[in-house]
Amino acid sequence: MIEIDTVSKLFGAGDSAFRALDRVSVTIKENEFFTLLGPSGCGKTTLLRLIAGFEGPTSGKILLDGQDLADKPPYRRPVNTVFQSYALFPHMTVAENVGFGLTMLGKPKSEVAATVSEMLALVRMTNLADRKTSQISGGQQQRVALARALAPRPKVLLLDEPLSALDFKLRKEMQLELKRLQSETGITFVFVTHDQEEALTMSDRIAVMSGGTIRQIGGPREIYDQPSERFVADFIGDTNFLSAEMIARTGDSAQLRLGQGAEVTARAGQVDKTSGAVTLAIRPEHARLVALDAGQLTGTLDDIVYFGTDTHYHITLDGIGTRFVLRRQNSPDEMRPVQQGERVGIALASSAGQVLKD
Amino acid sequence: MSPSRTRFALLAPAMVILFFAAAGPLVIVLVYSFLIPGDYGGVVWDFSTDAWFGVVAERDFFTDQLSWADAHLSVFWRSIKLSLMTSVLSLVIGFPTAYFIATRPKGSRDVWMLLIMIPFWTNLLIRTFAIMELIRNEGTINTVLIAMGLVTQPIQMLYTEFSMLVGMTYVYLPLMILPIYASMERLDFSLVEAGYDLYATRWQVLRRVIFPLVKPGVVAGSILVFVPCLGAYVTPRVLGGGKQLMLGNLIELQFGQLRNWPLGAALSLTLLVIVMIALIFYVRAAGNEGNAHG
Ligand SMILES: Nc1ncnc2c1ncn2[C@@H]1O[C@H](COP(=O)(O)OP(=O)(O)O)[C@@H](O)[C@H]1O
Ligand SMILES: [Mg+2]
Repeated sequence: MIEIDTVSKLFGAGDSAFRALDRVSVTIKENEFFTLLGPSGCGKTTLLRLIAGFEGPTSGKILLDGQDLADKPPYRRPVNTVFQSYALFPHMTVAENVGFGLTMLGKPKSEVAATVSEMLALVRMTNLADRKTSQISGGQQQRVALARALAPRPKVLLLDEPLSALDFKLRKEMQLELKRLQSETGITFVFVTHDQEEALTMSDRIAVMSGGTIRQIGGPREIYDQPSERFVADFIGDTNFLSAEMIARTGDSAQLRLGQGAEVTARAGQVDKTSGAVTLAIRPEHARLVALDAGQLTGTLDDIVYFGTDTHYHITLDGIGTRFVLRRQNSPDEMRPVQQGERVGIALASSAGQVLKD
Repeated sequence: MSPSRTRFALLAPAMVILFFAAAGPLVIVLVYSFLIPGDYGGVVWDFSTDAWFGVVAERDFFTDQLSWADAHLSVFWRSIKLSLMTSVLSLVIGFPTAYFIATRPKGSRDVWMLLIMIPFWTNLLIRTFAIMELIRNEGTINTVLIAMGLVTQPIQMLYTEFSMLVGMTYVYLPLMILPIYASMERLDFSLVEAGYDLYATRWQVLRRVIFPLVKPGVVAGSILVFVPCLGAYVTPRVLGGGKQLMLGNLIELQFGQLRNWPLGAALSLTLLVIVMIALIFYVRAAGNEGNAHG
């Protein structure tokens, strides 16, 4: 439904121009909760602003339902934005803010009033309708911004880090609320965040961005389990990176020899190599502590960090010196107690690893 | 010293200045307005309300009949009218200018403001004569128009209300731009984007978002232009040529040629009352805005 076709955006001109987006292509489907995830400065806001029409692409096209948006100013696009700073109108009440879009579209007063109360009910703000926006809390402002952007029933709702200013508990609450609103309204959400956990829990699909490019697009599970490259694996969750030698390859399955000599199988993913040196990514929860000679790797236990629900074991691998982190969920049936400084074995779950693109 | 004494001591310099610079002269003017004019200027210390009476009415010298002082009233009317027109014209020119400057990149805004302020720091007479040079019959504009064959006779612009309006707008424009720019610079431009995003056209964004938010600056600018315009003296004198009196010129006339100090004093206080009424009016407008901001 939204097609972003090799879009680039340069700020400035000539040699000093800064390339904020570099040939970005992605198709966002109808009724999808789509997330742009990436570190600060990677171009997420820029991409949203191009879709909203506040800025034009330097090259490339943006289509909505097959129609080129190039000559449409923001007020002619059926797209609304929830701004990072909320951008509520300080000289209007909550209800006037929510009704602004419909009023500008020339809807009759009765229809505006009806939609406003419907929207305020949707975000549970009915009792504060007549307050000034400066007289409500941050979480409430967030809801008003949401109601204001949803009221005109846009085809696409753009949300720029809408939860980043909220405290932890409120953020969790609003995450569920956003999911509910998206499924109730059936509007396509394009959601921007730099919080990988938020992206994983909320999205139908995620585009991981870095340095103005999209590095990987996929469902949360795919992004987490099968990161295509080191940046994605590193940015999303914790990952151990091991150097390995590919010795055989059949389709998606690769046979690797690790630095300490053991052989493992791993998913080859999008790597086209059939031999040679590669990097293997292994999630901390995909390895177990075992007796010294019972695993594929051995090392010395440096640190044991207790996290409540689970415990992290930091191990320096014998011979290679690489740090390996292993995570184990705490349970009442405790395993054999291990001590700092002890030498241990590490067993990797079969086919748990992912070979990364260089 | 006790806290209250300290406070008094700290306030004292301000009180002294206030007394000698504002309250004192005001009292003198008030007293003079109730006296009789001396033959060669100055005042005679006899109580009289004639001066106040003379502000709005005049007694015919021969028939002793009372009538409105049309000459004074027309000066009042011209002063108020020209001051209002100057405020409106300054707003029409100043608002887009302030908007333009506020939307420039941060670095170049100061340069633009400097360009606005340079004429303001230039001597008033010089600026007024510069305008005169432009619009007089043998001036730049008429010379160019005649050379281009657009007119055969020079257009009489100098010594008209038009020339006074142009001159005062030119002189007081920076006082309009400055406060509007100050409000505009503080304006959160993501609100403007939010307006566009919610289907407001340019005009609607201007009217519904930008204008209400910079209204305090507009009110301040209007006061800053309107009030000195009412009492303007040099610009109307030079560009009005003494034919088109304004309040300031009328007051000067009483203290000068006509040697009627009490009437001059009464006229000055009348000017002050008009300014006060205008201020109350403006402050009301600004007050509404204050409420709107919560
Ligand atoms: N108007 C602009 N002029 C110059 N550079 C800009 C402008 N807007 C954004 N940038 C630059 O583009 C890059 C991407 O910015 P942005 O899209 O805001 O990142 P994100 O939202 O992912 O944090 C940043 O390095 C930023 O400095
Ligand atoms: Mg951003």
